[in-house]
Amino acid sequence: MAKVNFKIWRGEKGDGGYKEYTTEVTEGMVVLDAVHQIQAETAPDLAVRWNCKAGKCGSCSAEINGKPRLMCMTRCSDLPLHEGVTIEPMQAFPHLRDLVTDVSFNYRAKKQIKPFKPRKPDAPDGTWRMSQVDVEKAQEFRKCIECYLCQNVCHVLREHAKHDEFIGPRLFVYSAALEMHPLDTEDRLKDLKDRDGIGYCNITKCCTTVCPEHITITDNAIIPLKERVVDAFYDPLAKLFRGLGKKKS
Amino acid sequence: MASYKTLEFDVLVIGAGGAGLRAAIEASAAGAKVGVVSKSLLGKAHTVMAEGGVAASIGNVDDRDNWRVHFSDTMRGGQYLNNPRMAEIHAKEAPARVLELEAWGALFDRTKDGRILQRNFGGHKFPRLAHVGDRTGLEMIRTLQDHAIHKQIDFHMECTVVTLLKHDGRVTGAFGYYREHGQFVVIRANAIVLATGGIGKSFSITSNSWEYTADGHALAYRAGADLMDMEFVQFHPTGMVWPPSVRGILVTEGVRGEGGVLRNSQGKRFMFDDIPDLYKNQTAKDEEEGWRYVTGDKDANRPPELLTRDHVARCINREVKEGRGSPHGGVYLDIAWIKEKIPNAQEHIKKKLPSMYHQFKELAGVDITTEAMEVGPTCHYVMGGVRVDAETQMSTVPGLFAAGECAAGLHGANRLGGNSLSDLLVFGKRAGEHAAAFALGQTGPFPDANAQVADAAAWAEEPFARDQNGDNPFRVQHDLQAMMHAKVGIVRIDSEMREALDDLKSLGERSLAAPVSGNRDFNPGWHTAMDMRNMLTVAEAVTLAAVERQESRGAHFRDDFPAKDPEAAKFNIVLRQGSDGAMQVVRTPVVARTDEQDAVIKEMG
Ligand SMILES: Cc1cc2nc3c(=O)[nH]c(=O)nc-3n(C[C@H](O)[C@H](O)[C@H](O)COP(=O)(O)OP(=O)(O)OC[C@H]3O[C@@H](n4cnc5c(N)ncnc54)[C@H](O)[C@@H]3O)c2cc1C
Ligand code: SF4
Ligand code: SF4
Ligand code: FES
Repeated sequence: MAKVNFKIWRGEKGDGGYKEYTTEVTEGMVVLDAVHQIQAETAPDLAVRWNCKAGKCGSCSAEINGKPRLMCMTRCSDLPLHEGVTIEPMQAFPHLRDLVTDVSFNYRAKKQIKPFKPRKPDAPDGTWRMSQVDVEKAQEFRKCIECYLCQNVCHVLREHAKHDEFIGPRLFVYSAALEMHPLDTEDRLKDLKDRDGIGYCNITKCCTTVCPEHITITDNAIIPLKERVVDAFYDPLAKLFRGLGKKKS
Repeated sequence: MASYKTLEFDVLVIGAGGAGLRAAIEASAAGAKVGVVSKSLLGKAHTVMAEGGVAASIGNVDDRDNWRVHFSDTMRGGQYLNNPRMAEIHAKEAPARVLELEAWGALFDRTKDGRILQRNFGGHKFPRLAHVGDRTGLEMIRTLQDHAIHKQIDFHMECTVVTLLKHDGRVTGAFGYYREHGQFVVIRANAIVLATGGIGKSFSITSNSWEYTADGHALAYRAGADLMDMEFVQFHPTGMVWPPSVRGILVTEGVRGEGGVLRNSQGKRFMFDDIPDLYKNQTAKDEEEGWRYVTGDKDANRPPELLTRDHVARCINREVKEGRGSPHGGVYLDIAWIKEKIPNAQEHIKKKLPSMYHQFKELAGVDITTEAMEVGPTCHYVMGGVRVDAETQMSTVPGLFAAGECAAGLHGANRLGGNSLSDLLVFGKRAGEHAAAFALGQTGPFPDANAQVADAAAWAEEPFARDQNGDNPFRVQHDLQAMMHAKVGIVRIDSEMREALDDLKSLGERSLAAPVSGNRDFNPGWHTAMDMRNMLTVAEAVTLAAVERQESRGAHFRDDFPAKDPEAAKFNIVLRQGSDGAMQVVRTPVVARTDEQDAVIKEMG
């Protein structure tokens, strides 16, 4: 039990600054609890997104002491509380108010990606057969809770603001889930290369480090996609096959 | 008059959880122009949190399963207060709805021969829950979301509806605001599907999020629709109890489905002590038989940990009350013990229950592969909701439909785990289909609604005009939760519930006076002030219905009437607004079962 000083970034559309609040931190509290407590005690208009409070919905992303994290999964006791705690909104998205940012870019970018297109059913009753090992590859990517923390740390978006040419790690994970889905027959490689900017990724792995779902974004999603793009467009033999209408196996 | 934006659709779906998305997809496929609004961002609705699985008698793991068994399990679980027609439709259509998800990209866990794997769950006779580890809801909402965004559906995220508009007795639209900037919006539509989920935020220990302020229930009630079965609020037996800040967060029933057992402080598996008559010949005689059941022995009966939720929750309550609880007021849930039975138990647990493993590791510092968890009941689900027609999901107000958790009928007095996700799919689809048909059958321009809109806007702006009085909406909400939990919680008694009704009056007065600071831009204090009206209305409905049902059945337990009353098995309790504005409580006969339905129930024993 201790009174702890929280510095929360408050303001509208990027205009604002830190405001300090002191609140009591008790055993087991996570940062989101502290924010709620501050809301209830002194700042009812403090804007913050959350839903599940259990790391399942990906709503409460923020930067805590400079580190991108889910507020609901960050225990206060893991932070150096005597130094105070700083909470800021994600930096790679347009600011709306206090801890809330405009993440609509992610929804727009997702909509461009060609949807799932299954092969014909395997059985007369319209169902498919897939082995557990085969589904597990794509299941890793389907764990994504769309917290956008990976988008937030990727320098291509954060520093270079290439939102128009680069869909970001989250959407590479989404593309990988589709491309590696055992039933999918769609081809997204040209889009990945030309429109989605997979070439901009220089494998810094910052995205993997922050993913709260521990998805190995770079190694398991992005690198294999890059390899497929290379095989399809820069490998002369594969190019020939493509010309003949051969699709990915 | 306040400025507002106007949108027009054939069908407006309020809510973007499983029920809302499924309804929108269907209405759009039927040729209707569809809009969807939701309080949160797309993909964040409660459905995302569901863990254990979706119930459908596909029969992949045990081919003795079929719709008849699922139907009779659902009826038994609901203590026969269910609408039997809904239970039948649900049991028959759930398999097709789940398989359809696979065609849209969902990747369920597999059986050895490559089909959808199904797991055991409380109250289901056979392994019936299709699942993806313990994140089935995420798989389901993402599949529906990613499918729906390519269907010409107009999504308005972070947009909250506060009032429905009506004309000549039918709905003609809705009034709401965008959370981001507080701008008002009028949405005209000839049919509306409510898919707003539950009411769990009215209790202090809950697995539900800020969204569950009972909006759909209250919107329907104020629009003149009937609410039904509101006394049945499900307390899930296993929520986290420690540390305090995570109290209430759900521990999936899947833990017990995988072999987890409940013990008291004396190390005793107390669930064997009290097995209800209705389930006597479906329950394991000893621990050994229980273990055989969870490992797939078809001749074994289920362990008592997998009895229905209402019963397990009350047994836990009893252990704690009688002094055999764990240090923080729960009991122990132990999955680690399976290492006595299988090799690689630690890996097995992590694989089958990955998010439970992380949840305890990260939030409580407990490693569930080696230690027992401390658990206790948490408010989880409401069986009650908008009374709807079984075939179409239309409420008693023309053009107003409801599906998913905000609708009543399927679950009766108690819902079986896994029957909600299937409910969303089956009845979401039906609501979408019939809402589209209704809307496309309407002709002519939308009738004038200016007066209703002006009233709604004035109401929404009013909280900013209140004088500072030291109170705020969060405090009122907090006190409402504590009061409901204490007085209308798991164990109820007439005198306390009557106090609750008085308390609701004073909380109502406080909520009308609690001031709001700041402006209309993304202001949670203001949003909470508006949500309070819904929470208070529905808390009153729950309390009045609970006073009226003078017996104990399913999720409703009365200390002063601890037994079931055969007479009370004959009616459901309906709540509707009287012409004087007061809430009326009406007993209506339970929908009669057909001879065929009775025969199925009898056959299943
Ligand atoms: C932790 C947890 C685990 C669960 N596990 C399981 C399980 O394993 N199996 C199972 O079958 N069930 C499970 N359930 C229950 C099940 O998840 C829910 O009952 C179900 O998801 C509800 O779906 P829905 O579509 O009715 O509503 P929700 O998914 O809750 O969606 C409600 C939608 O309505 C919107 N909304 C609400 N009010 C308004 C308003 N005024 N204006 C605009 N939009 C509004 C919300 O923003 C949201 O989009 C679980 C529940 C919880 C909490
Ligand atoms: S690995 Fe690629 S996508 Fe991930 S952060 Fe680095 S540059 Fe961005
Ligand atoms: S990939 Fe990981 S970090 Fe990125 S959005 Fe998904 S869950 Fe978040
Ligand atoms: S609130 Fe859902 S992830 Fe934090």
